[in-house]
Amino acid sequence: MSQPQNFDPQAYWRATLRLLVATLVIWFVVSFGAGILFRDALDTVRIGGYPLGFWFAQQGSIFIFVGLIFWYAKRMDKIDREHDVHEE
Amino acid sequence: MDLKTLTYIVVGLSFALYIGIAIWARAGTTKEFYIAGGGVHPIVNGMATGADWMSAASFISMAGLIAFLGYGGSVYLMGWTGGYVLLAVLLAPYLRKFGKFTVPEFIGDRYYSQTARIVAVICLIFISFTYVAGQMRGVGIVFSRFLEVDITTGLLVGMGLVFFYAVLGGMKGITYTQVAQYVVLIFAYTIPAVFISLQISGNVFPQLGLGGHTGEMYFLDKLNQTVTDLGFAAYTAGNKTMIDVFCITLALMAGTAGLPHVIVRFFTVPKVHDARLSAGWALVFIAILYTTAPAVGAMARYNLHATVNTAVASGGDMFAPDASIEGETRPEWMKRWEKTGLVMWEDKNSDGRIQYYNDQSKDETVLAKAEAAGWAGNELGSKGKDGKFEGKVDNDIMVLANPEIAGLPDWVIALIAAGGIAAALSTAAGLLLVISSAISHDLLKGVFARNISEKGELAAGRIAAAVAVLIAGYLGYNPPGFVAQVVAFAFGLACASLFPTIVMGIFSKTMNRAGAIVGMLTGLSFTLAYIVYFKRDVLLGMSKVPDSEWLFGISPEGIGVVGMILNFAVAYLVMKLTPKCPDHIQHLVEGIRYPRGAGTAQAH
Repeated sequence: MSQPQNFDPQAYWRATLRLLVATLVIWFVVSFGAGILFRDALDTVRIGGYPLGFWFAQQGSIFIFVGLIFWYAKRMDKIDREHDVHEE
Repeated sequence: MDLKTLTYIVVGLSFALYIGIAIWARAGTTKEFYIAGGGVHPIVNGMATGADWMSAASFISMAGLIAFLGYGGSVYLMGWTGGYVLLAVLLAPYLRKFGKFTVPEFIGDRYYSQTARIVAVICLIFISFTYVAGQMRGVGIVFSRFLEVDITTGLLVGMGLVFFYAVLGGMKGITYTQVAQYVVLIFAYTIPAVFISLQISGNVFPQLGLGGHTGEMYFLDKLNQTVTDLGFAAYTAGNKTMIDVFCITLALMAGTAGLPHVIVRFFTVPKVHDARLSAGWALVFIAILYTTAPAVGAMARYNLHATVNTAVASGGDMFAPDASIEGETRPEWMKRWEKTGLVMWEDKNSDGRIQYYNDQSKDETVLAKAEAAGWAGNELGSKGKDGKFEGKVDNDIMVLANPEIAGLPDWVIALIAAGGIAAALSTAAGLLLVISSAISHDLLKGVFARNISEKGELAAGRIAAAVAVLIAGYLGYNPPGFVAQVVAFAFGLACASLFPTIVMGIFSKTMNRAGAIVGMLTGLSFTLAYIVYFKRDVLLGMSKVPDSEWLFGISPEGIGVVGMILNFAVAYLVMKLTPKCPDHIQHLVEGIRYPRGAGTAQAH
């Protein structure tokens, strides 16, 4: 595990944690927020035949999770490159 | 051709495929046996992870649970998918960088302790056997119903097959058979769903069909109206408290991320970058099934009501005497499934017709209407443990009998059988492999026989896998509770024990040996004790403790969250009171935080 030149581990880890927190906030909001805690309020809104909170709980959160992981992976690649610790 | 012959052909072809792949991909080295050589493409790995992780519970029981729980079933949908977000950001890339073979190995090295490694093995074995019992029961159900052999024979055939490709092929064999199994199970799941969605709301995508129209009304409104008229809880309202829904969802998410057989799949890809992407691909493949499941659940529920009460579809009076179907003319699928005990009919008011409603309803008007109509209790249910009528239809029937309920062609029914078996076998094989590698690599090579040769270790891994298959078979023959419930407990145990310990190992440089060990043991023992205490009626056959005694109103399925919090808290306290984490370990933690230099997994 040779450490790259001019690598600032603290700056890299700060950037990583920032992205991690952003990802987990979105994760929490779409599932626990929209699907559970604020479901009753969202259910008063309807999209087609779906009460909105119910839709988030049964489908919407899953679609967003998928997009979220790819977005995270892409942003992480960028952070890796900026700090020159990406894999060859 | 009759249904049975067709089913034998479809299932037989799928078996031939798995066996062929197993022979082609047999493992020759420990590296191939544990992590498939470490060169699996992220999309292939994602597909294998999907099959590995979508178990008999996902395939057979989940839609049924949703069908009867309605909104309450969302805990499984969000819980079993949201965990992949945690895996992608918290665990997979760092464990891949660490680059070893097993989860206990990471814990042992990170916490510089053989004791920690052994404790992790104990957690892993608890979790995996709890989980595998559910799979084997699933195999038994599918065989006994579709191939009309008794459960024991079904189990033996399933065990033989798993034995063949897990023992021979190790991780490499499993990876490629799982890809085949994924394809079988996803076709088996989505094809009936598409047909049923077309029948009910005319939409080819079940995901959209659920929100579509049936007749003049939105389908979900129609379903809500039907079930509430019969005294059940409204479908989109659900019947669990908010704190319980919250805790179960979180326990399933953290549990998913802490399940050893899922984590280990991320050791098989070439790079850290691939581990992140692979989590995304796994979720794509899983989401295809998981966004279909709510439609399958809701539509199966509707079809069941519409079958036993003709007024449901026509919009007439469901309490009219001739609305309930006659017992004599009940459909063929009911008669077939009555043999398994999953469906049972008891003519309580001796009118020769089947009345299906909630006789425990708190809605007085429903009960009054039922009484006026001469109904004397719910007459559709399943066979209970004592062999007598139980007033609730078994969850498992909703997917297995769904194509028959909807009147789909025989080849679709045969496909469901192959899919159910694929789901159960792929997960069982993944679990058996982590059990065998924990024993051969962590206990034998790591602790008791450090000088064992590569060949000896490989042989030990195979023997351990073989023994694990036998135990799994016994657990399937004599299962502690029904499929999804048992599986939910495995998640609670993983959530309370392995997940927090691994997360602390990556995100805290200072967490030390004593903290990790005491934390893990606290989380595991608390969660296990709570589950056994409140489920002692199912597990030990003792009298049931009332649900009103639940801690903070959290059910045994959700208690892993409290176990996880205890694990974190106890680990922190113990860390403060014991010698600090040595410097070289802090460097090791720093090293796993950036991706460069991951290389291929190191044998040692």
